Amino acid sequence: MSRLPFTPDEYGEIVSKLTPPSRHLRGYLRAFWVGGVICVLGQALTLWAETLSLGETTAPMFTTSVLVFLGTTLTGIGVYDRIGKYAGAGSAIPVTGFANSVAAPAIEFQREGAITGVGARLFTLAGPVLAYGIAASVLVGIVYWLIRGWVL
Amino acid sequence: MDTLFLFIKAFVVGGLICDIGQLLIMRTKLTNARILVIFVVSGVVLTALGLYKPLVDFAGAGATVPLTGFGYSLAMGAIEAVNRYGFWGAFVGGVTRTAAGITAAVVFGLLNALIFKPHAKP
Repeated sequence: MSRLPFTPDEYGEIVSKLTPPSRHLRGYLRAFWVGGVICVLGQALTLWAETLSLGETTAPMFTTSVLVFLGTTLTGIGVYDRIGKYAGAGSAIPVTGFANSVAAPAIEFQREGAITGVGARLFTLAGPVLAYGIAASVLVGIVYWLIRGWVL
Repeated sequence: MDTLFLFIKAFVVGGLICDIGQLLIMRTKLTNARILVIFVVSGVVLTALGLYKPLVDFAGAGATVPLTGFGYSLAMGAIEAVNRYGFWGAFVGGVTRTAAGITAAVVFGLLNALIFKPHAKP
């Protein structure tokens, strides 16, 4: 038995120290530009909505719906997962990523049927997001109601 | 010129918010689902503290398109509905304000599953 100069733990430490930071940098740059471009697209849609003279409440609905439509459709034709592999959080964090998280499992589990397959799997990722997001908003509303009652 | 500045602000702020997500992916072992939940709930909390609205006023879609913006809509909806309906507004406002996005995701998601077949993972 030849003795190794390092224990596996020490070796791992040395490797992580010598790994160039460029791999991390590349990840941040990709997430930055892809996420930025999706937001610019959202900004363009918002400006477009203004020229269509949509109101202050309907304009954001227009923007969100179009972005969600793009997200689900690109998922359906298999493009969004490729973007996701390249951009990481850059495509997961925008609302198009939320649309992807709804559409992707629904397509993937088609074989399990319309109810427990597509219907249930639509919410595999959206479920927790909606559950905690909605619960938090109700809490905020109640706290705001209490404070408002206190002050007035 | 103003329009160009609007796009630059949306690009930079939106990109930076995504980079916070990228940081969580690369530096922690959090699953994607957890990161999405953290983003939405952070958006709700930051909005309630009055910290997110200034960012929305500054960056427009750069702040509303990331999932923190979904949290912003949920919280703003709840607060506005309390102003209008009182206590029960807290139960109405969040979902009302985000209804278009949620409905679009469900309907287009369903249509997608009807039209497209599964793809091999890239």
